[in-house]
Amino acid sequence: MNINPAKCVACGNCTYVCTMGAIYIDPASHRATIDRDECVECYACYNGMSQEHLPPGIVRAVRGFLKRLRLRFEPEPDICPTEAFEPDELSWPRVVRRAFSDPRVPHESTGVQGRGTEEVKTNDVSGRIQRGDVGFTIEFGRPGVGVRFHQIQAMTRALAAAGVDFEPKNPVTSLMTDDKTGTIREDILGEKVLSAIVEIKVAANRTEEIIGIVHAVEKDLGTVIAIGVGARCDDDGEESTIAPILERSGYRLERAKTNAGYGRITNELRGQA
Amino acid sequence: MTNTLHRYGKAESFRDDFVVFAIPSKGKSDEGCVPKLKRFLEMALPFAPVNLGDALHGGAFRPTRNANPTAHWKRDMRPDFRAVIDGVDAYTTVAAVFDRREAAEAFLEAVKQDDSGLCINISTSLEGGKQCCCAAGGARHSVGYSLGFEGGTEKLPDDQVLTLTTMCGHGMVSAGFARKMLDWVKEGRRTPEEAASYLARFCSCGVYNPSRAKRVLEEARHRPE
Repeated sequence: MNINPAKCVACGNCTYVCTMGAIYIDPASHRATIDRDECVECYACYNGMSQEHLPPGIVRAVRGFLKRLRLRFEPEPDICPTEAFEPDELSWPRVVRRAFSDPRVPHESTGVQGRGTEEVKTNDVSGRIQRGDVGFTIEFGRPGVGVRFHQIQAMTRALAAAGVDFEPKNPVTSLMTDDKTGTIREDILGEKVLSAIVEIKVAANRTEEIIGIVHAVEKDLGTVIAIGVGARCDDDGEESTIAPILERSGYRLERAKTNAGYGRITNELRGQA
Repeated sequence: MTNTLHRYGKAESFRDDFVVFAIPSKGKSDEGCVPKLKRFLEMALPFAPVNLGDALHGGAFRPTRNANPTAHWKRDMRPDFRAVIDGVDAYTTVAAVFDRREAAEAFLEAVKQDDSGLCINISTSLEGGKQCCCAAGGARHSVGYSLGFEGGTEKLPDDQVLTLTTMCGHGMVSAGFARKMLDWVKEGRRTPEEAASYLARFCSCGVYNPSRAKRVLEEARHRPE
């Protein structure tokens, strides 16, 4: 993302909306400026802010006059008055930042759409997580911290060493050069993204072991982690296998995503007359 | 796509937060899914949702590319549900957000009756999700538990900010902007309702709950950080 200095009037609105806090008013140029190493190309500034098309010269003159009087016009906080944001063409490896940070962009760089897969959301149709299984989604960097791929690799290598299999359709898995060792391609290790999700499925009796691995790695990782745990319910709608293990591990289960079980296969079967 | 699992708060704080979403399973229930997704959103309208969302095109609170300068004094803060419904044109995840459990339950029951074959999920407190499924007349199929945030949590902002930012599961609502809105409401520069609608515009898939945000902003006015 770029901010056109000829258009920017340094109103400061964008400095607040940046998800990584990477935009600031440069005291030398008096223009909003992006720290490109911290920017994750999420496009929240470009997509989230409304835009006016005011002439920059007039806006600067009015703002300058008010500033001399110690007055300040209090504009709407989510508007860029001069449409100063200009997306630039992203090339490899920087394009990976946008693929993992802007939720509206399919993973062209990875061939996978979204930050994760359908996991338990479509489990009533896909049957991905069966009774006796547990699915983990380990999300890095959100909210508002961000993560670099070398940090993710520290976790994927530890998990791989324990012999887990990574979800093949997951975007992070698609960027591994060796999914048996959890090694991620070297040219993206320094890239920072808003969030990324590692997905694995193991036998339910390995739940505590996986949590232990995550805990051991996360304490020195330097970013925040959110763990999601997916399980298949019993016929009566209760889930009495995984929840007790999680509670024994010290978690209070406050929030959940519940698959109501209304899904069914509706696509026509190929090859049938 | 929609990412509603890791909203910050105790179970009790989700008493006005129910996200019901529909997702086709790729290769299994995605053929001809567009009219079904539109119908799902249409069916939500009588139950008074506080937001609707399409993961590809956004929610009922949207920014504009052509803001009129008068917007600084007079701006339409109402959700545009029709824009969301009309905008669905391809495989996506759609969501309806409610601030009353009874409404979510009744909607879920209507969706069950409709029997579109789409996968239907509800994201709220663990018990709330269980109750909604039970009230709609069915047993839960699967559950995804949130274990909350851990690791480098010293980098996270305070509780009030986290409650506001994590309602956009894709992280598009920044901590800085949420802090600013909390401050503006405290200073009386904007109403909680106005501040909530600013925040909701940054959520790119429409699962932000402006009603819960309004409550949090209102409560924060009287509560120290």
